[in-house]
Amino acid sequence: MTIPADLDRRFRDAAAVLGLVDVAFDVVGSPVGDLFVAVSERGLTEISYDTRVEEQLELLARIAGPRVLRAPRAVDDARRELDEYFAGTRHAFDLSLDLRALPTFTVSVLRELARVPYGETTTYGELAARVGRPRAARAVGTVMNRNRIPIVLPCHRVVGSTGDLVGYAGGLDRKISLLELEGAR
Amino acid sequence: MQGVAIPPFELFYEEHRAAVLRQLLQMLGRERAEDAFQETFLRALQAYRRLEHGEHLRSWVLTIARNVAVDALRRTKPADELVEVAADDHRPAYEELASLTDGLSPKERAAVVLRYGYDLSYEQIAAALDSSEDAARQAASTGVRRIRRRVSK
Repeated sequence: MTIPADLDRRFRDAAAVLGLVDVAFDVVGSPVGDLFVAVSERGLTEISYDTRVEEQLELLARIAGPRVLRAPRAVDDARRELDEYFAGTRHAFDLSLDLRALPTFTVSVLRELARVPYGETTTYGELAARVGRPRAARAVGTVMNRNRIPIVLPCHRVVGSTGDLVGYAGGLDRKISLLELEGAR
Repeated sequence: MQGVAIPPFELFYEEHRAAVLRQLLQMLGRERAEDAFQETFLRALQAYRRLEHGEHLRSWVLTIARNVAVDALRRTKPADELVEVAADDHRPAYEELASLTDGLSPKERAAVVLRYGYDLSYEQIAAALDSSEDAARQAASTGVRRIRRRVSK
C-alpha cells in the first residue's frame, strides 16, 4: 500500500510549520545539477551536489539530531535565494548559516570566505593570510574541499596563486559554470 | 542499554508509514484515518528525540497510532466499546502476553506489553501513550498487579 501523495505532503508541511524537525531537506534543481539542500532552525546546514539521500541523512543526523525529514516547505527560502542567484538577480545571500560541529579554524576560514565578493576571486594563500595563518594555504584548501555549504559559501571563488582553478569538490565543470555565471571568467 | 542506532526520522517514516495507515484505516475508516495518520507521526516526531535506541520502532509507532485512534473513537463512541479495539498485526511478544493481559484496560495492556514484551523504557512508553513517565509506570504496575491477582486465584 502506498501513501496518498497529498497525505504525505500534509504531514511534512505540518512537521515543518510546527518546528518538530531538527533538520529539513529537499532536492532543489539548478543549472549545475540537482542540489541536496538542508536547513535547521539555526539556518542553512548543507548544500551538496551528492543527492544520494540516505548517505546525507546519516551525516545530518550526526550534525543536527535524528529528526531529519524531507520537508520542501522548510527549504523554500533557500530555494528562492538559490533560484535568484542562478537567474543572476541575487549577488549575496541573506540566509543564516548553521556552522555547528565545525572546528574553529574551519569556521574562521569560512567566515572570511563569505566576504569574497560576487564575481571576484581570491587565492588559498590570501585567504590563509586573512585568518592570520599565512602559511596555511594547504589547510585552507582542505577547508574548501570539505565546505558543507558550497555556492552560498563561495569556495568556487578561490583559485591557485597562478590563477589556475586547482579543484572543486563538485567537479571543475561546476566551478567554471559558477564563475562564468558571475562574470568572473 | 546500548541498542540499535536510532535511524534518521525520514527512514523511520518511510519504513512504517504504510503499516500505520493500514492500521488506522482498519480502526477508523478512510475519513478519519488521514487526520489520525498525521497526528500519529507528529506525536512520533515529538517523542523521537527522547528515544534511547532504535529497537521495536514498528510496535512503538503502531502503539502511538492505536492510541491516536482510541482517542478519536472516544470522541464519538461510548467508553465501554473501546475495550474491543484490538491489535491487528502479528506480534510475537504481544501474542505471548495476550491471554494474560486480556482483562486490562487498553492503557494498562499497552504499558505492560511495551515494558515486558518489548523491553521499552518508561520514557518511551510514556511517549507512545502520550502520557507522563509516572503515568506509564503506574499503568504498567497496576496492570501487573491485576495479572498477578488473577493468576494466583
